[in-house]
Amino acid sequence: MSANDVGRARDAGAASDSIRLETLAAAVAAAARTRRYGSWYVAEHRFRVMRSYAQTVLFTAIGSPLVYLYAMGVGLASLVDGNLGDNAVNGVSYLTFLAPALLASSAIAVASEEFTYPIMLGFKWNPTFFGMNATSIQPGQIINGIVISVAARMLLTCTIYYVFMLVFGAVPGALGVVAVLVALLTGLAFGVLVMAYTITLKDDTGQLAMMQRFVILPMTLFSGTFFPLDLLPPYLQWIGWISPLWHGTELSRVFAYGMTEPIWLSLVHVLYLAALLAIGWVWARRLTVRRLNK
Amino acid sequence: MPEPVIVAQNLVKRYQDFVAVDGISFEVAPGESFGLLGPNGAGKSTTMRMIGAVSTRTSGKLSVLGLDPNGYGPEIRSQLGVVPQENNLDMELRVRENLMVYGRYFGLPHARVARRADELLEFAQLEDKATAKVDDLSGGMKRRLTIARALINDLRMLLLDEPTTGLDPQARHILWDRLFRLKEQGTTLLVTTHYMDEAEQLCDRLVVVDKGRIMAEGSPADLIRRYSSREVLEVRFGSTQNAEVAGRIQGFGERVDVLPDRILVYSDSGENELERMTAAGLRPITSLVRRSSLEDVFLRLTGRNLIE
Ligand SMILES: Nc1ncnc2c1ncn2[C@@H]1O[C@H](COP(=O)(O)OP(=O)(O)OP(=O)(O)O)[C@@H](O)[C@H]1O
Ligand SMILES: [Mg+2]
Repeated sequence: MSANDVGRARDAGAASDSIRLETLAAAVAAAARTRRYGSWYVAEHRFRVMRSYAQTVLFTAIGSPLVYLYAMGVGLASLVDGNLGDNAVNGVSYLTFLAPALLASSAIAVASEEFTYPIMLGFKWNPTFFGMNATSIQPGQIINGIVISVAARMLLTCTIYYVFMLVFGAVPGALGVVAVLVALLTGLAFGVLVMAYTITLKDDTGQLAMMQRFVILPMTLFSGTFFPLDLLPPYLQWIGWISPLWHGTELSRVFAYGMTEPIWLSLVHVLYLAALLAIGWVWARRLTVRRLNK
Repeated sequence: MPEPVIVAQNLVKRYQDFVAVDGISFEVAPGESFGLLGPNGAGKSTTMRMIGAVSTRTSGKLSVLGLDPNGYGPEIRSQLGVVPQENNLDMELRVRENLMVYGRYFGLPHARVARRADELLEFAQLEDKATAKVDDLSGGMKRRLTIARALINDLRMLLLDEPTTGLDPQARHILWDRLFRLKEQGTTLLVTTHYMDEAEQLCDRLVVVDKGRIMAEGSPADLIRRYSSREVLEVRFGSTQNAEVAGRIQGFGERVDVLPDRILVYSDSGENELERMTAAGLRPITSLVRRSSLEDVFLRLTGRNLIE
């Protein structure tokens, strides 16, 4: 118990009565650790849950770069490069052009898995978030802990992806590894928005599957992933501009192979993603406060 | 007099236009065992949630352990053990893990939580299920685990919302025993239950709530004295006869209640009433004289399924 605890207790309107002050200070001390580290306790819980499907996590983290880089990067790339030459797109080989986009997409894939059904589960099907909320934990810390744990899985997935990109010789740039962090930012920026949306759902009557089909899949197709955005007709290009995946992909390319774009545009990518992350995070926390307060 | 650990004054909870808790007031002293009784939908769980600092009151005053739940939620919750009406164990984790993660939420170190978890598994008689998936437990075992989980921290007050629903008699008695011991150590208990024998066993004092309002308050013995007679005569005439007979025994005892399947006559002497009935030429199929219980108080006060 510190002087600070007693101070907080005094704020609580404690009378000068020293016994009462003592019990209040004890209460403040009892909750102090959770007030500070609560988000990490939630993350700890989520890691234990992830351990129960660790095999899936590892299998997709290793399997998808292998499959995609091989099928797209080697198979499709030989077709494109064969037709357009070694500097097929953007002045680089098709594999080099494509790999950073696939990396960012892999972060989006983790996000669309971890920020949907597990969230629905915790609020509705197996309401563990209500259980957490009955302890010293606060609603916002539940969201923080989820974001921390998903970020860890995303970082692992993207790092493995990057290693395969190196193995396939898809990263000529010296700063290529920064693309991993860009992918992480992209996945989280998109993910917290998905999470916030999921929290607004009282029940899942197909909305999550619809989102997968009508938001995530089109986003992957129209975000300059497989071909540069400016090949699209102008009336479709806005999809890219609002898509976090496009911003993340473009920024990744800057680091992965030194794609040239104005510096202000790179800054816009970072700011846009950071803004989405902040908005989604705060929104999700607010919705959680409201939803847990029954 | 020691300062109360719960002070509720005119406590109200409204969901849109619906008033779930409609201005209730009560106080609970430290170490006391306090019960909330009432029919389904009376507002017991809602009251529990407000006291548990997870549901914001609409109006009124509330102080829990000397603190206002608005603004000091974590401080209050750190000293509570909570058994919610609906289990919310993590089905994706194993039995012992459920206790571990929950203990961590109170900021307790790993080693301490591990030790507590083992003790509580023993208490809940789930030692040999420690590594089982929660999903594979029986309903009663899940309930026992939820109760064990509520005891993982150093609590000053335990909130039990229908704790023994689904427990077998043995498990129920083990729980009662444990609760008595906690009470001896000075833990305050707040209990809701639909088992009147449990309320009589556990509660020093209780309130009967109906439609969000307090109908009566007192110790179980108190309430029986105030709201019921010494004895009750229960007679059955068969469901088709009940209504007809009811007319003929008005004025018997202190009060007569006609239930769908039987008639209750409240009186100081059940035998006397039965003799009167026989004298009037009435032949019940079965008859039973018993002491008055909290159940009679409950039925009288909340008046559900009574044809008055
Ligand atoms: N989140 C909510 N939104 C709207 N209405 C609610 C909500 N929670 C409870 N209610 C309503 O408030 C009333 C009181 O509910 P509560 O759960 O407190 O009853 P209870 O006394 O615990 O009943 P039971 O014995 O069945 O558990 C009910 O009519 C219920 O429908
Ligand atoms: Mg209830």
